[in-house]
Amino acid sequence: MKRSPLIVALHYAMLIALALLCIAPIAVIFTTSLRQQVHIFAEPLNFIFTPTLENYRAVLEEDKFSSYLMNSLFVGIVSTAVTLVLGCMAAYGLARFRFPGRNTVAYATLLLRTVPLAVLAIPVFMIWNQWHLVNSLWGLVLLYVAVNLPFTIWLLYGFVLQVPIELEEAAAIDGCGPIQVFVKVLLPLMAPGLAAASIFTFRIAWNEFILALVLTDRHTRTLPVAASLFITDMGVDWGKVMAMGSLIAIPPLIFTFVAARQIITGLTAGAVKG
Amino acid sequence: MRTSPWIPAFYVGPAVLIMAAACLYPVLSAFQLGFFDWSMGTPWSDARWVGLDSFVSAFSNPRVWSSLWTTLLFAAVCVSAEMVLGVALALALEKPVRGTAFFRTLFILPMMIAPIAVGLAWRYLFDAQFGLVNAVLGLFGIAARGWLADPTLAFAAIVIADIWQWTPFVFIMMVAALANVDGAVIEASRIDGAKWWQMTFLVKLPMVMHVIAITLMMRLIDAFRVLEVIYVLTFGGPGDSTEILALHIYKTAFVGQQLGAAAAISVLLLLVVALLSWGALRLSNPLKNDR
Repeated sequence: MKRSPLIVALHYAMLIALALLCIAPIAVIFTTSLRQQVHIFAEPLNFIFTPTLENYRAVLEEDKFSSYLMNSLFVGIVSTAVTLVLGCMAAYGLARFRFPGRNTVAYATLLLRTVPLAVLAIPVFMIWNQWHLVNSLWGLVLLYVAVNLPFTIWLLYGFVLQVPIELEEAAAIDGCGPIQVFVKVLLPLMAPGLAAASIFTFRIAWNEFILALVLTDRHTRTLPVAASLFITDMGVDWGKVMAMGSLIAIPPLIFTFVAARQIITGLTAGAVKG
Repeated sequence: MRTSPWIPAFYVGPAVLIMAAACLYPVLSAFQLGFFDWSMGTPWSDARWVGLDSFVSAFSNPRVWSSLWTTLLFAAVCVSAEMVLGVALALALEKPVRGTAFFRTLFILPMMIAPIAVGLAWRYLFDAQFGLVNAVLGLFGIAARGWLADPTLAFAAIVIADIWQWTPFVFIMMVAALANVDGAVIEASRIDGAKWWQMTFLVKLPMVMHVIAITLMMRLIDAFRVLEVIYVLTFGGPGDSTEILALHIYKTAFVGQQLGAAAAISVLLLLVVALLSWGALRLSNPLKNDR
């Protein structure tokens, strides 16, 4: 059906208005990070100003910044890798085998996804104390793997089901062992699901604040925790805070633009087709 | 395939072990911890058994109930606004135009940004003296107000931030659901002379009802998990007007240093979330497409 130009124009007007609403607060983070302190306080609606990298220089020169960055990268990358491997295996096991306790595992996994992290932080603080995992990046990795597995398993479960079992059987007849079938047949077909799962896992591990705040010290701090320290009783150093916020926002933004299709598929997988 | 039980154990076991050790065991420990008086910084061996005392004082603490009420109100207002806005926008923008994929990329940006950065951005936007919100309102001749200093306005501020971040999620879910509706049904009802509203409310929406239900439940459960944006934006203030239950738990544990008491309150929040999750499982039934 052909739509009238007026309707199409309205459609675009709405899309642009919504896009502006979505972007405005993010744009504020970036533009504020480029302003001098005096201008931040004086003229909020003045969009024409001389940008300065002064705030970034101040943030990057904090002696600990590079160690916070390395902590965040380590936690993000390691927990994403571990979550993907274990999540993939578990999704395959749940989708392809009938075994006692299978339903219990599946439903318990989904219920774990709903636990508020504030609730988790308290007992974890106690247990990590006993296990000597407090102030260790591995303690954080273990937690992020655990909290990301439910969603990853759920997401990948749907992708495994979409792969015809006949393909696996054919490969088995051709002489592949179970591991080979998994690696050579299944993994390539699940690539979009793996991409989505890795983005979601990395996003949580990179962005997460409350567990990192409770479980790290000044050596193991991640970037979000470091950013929160710019808020003090003396007020907020907005220029530096926003520079730090921008630096934290950059990796997820890049992922979003590179893999928007996978992200949207990942968000809607299962729910829409179910 | 007939296989030995060791093969599924090999695939599922490691994930189950990690979830059990780092998620299930801590959650169960929260129940146990509620029976002890334990302060931060002291060894666990110094913890004192207090029986049900923490639970009794938690459930008789008016601040706990007021923060539960704030949580319920926050979740109800945010989620209903997000559902209505998200579904309406998806219906209005359902048919793709050139550049739709690009716009959808922009729409998922809010939920990808770190909550800590989202909280900071909104705190800056709502600032009384130099915030953009007051500046824009000023253009329309509306007097500046102290958004984060007034209890009602502060509550509005955390709601606005949540709606900004999560309406796109509902929108994306609904657009995907509507795109999956069988075109032949729509065509048939058009030939039968269905009006616009009949098409929307009697044909399209009923066909995507299961996605609406799942989206609603996901948003509800996540609304009870919100903490970081509010932590940065208001830290529960002014007074305790934006103190949701998760934040109250955090403050009791890590500001007041009463981990046992906080664990007892956690049980209350877990009960609320467990009820919701049970509803969500009933509705979404993730294993139903089994073979």
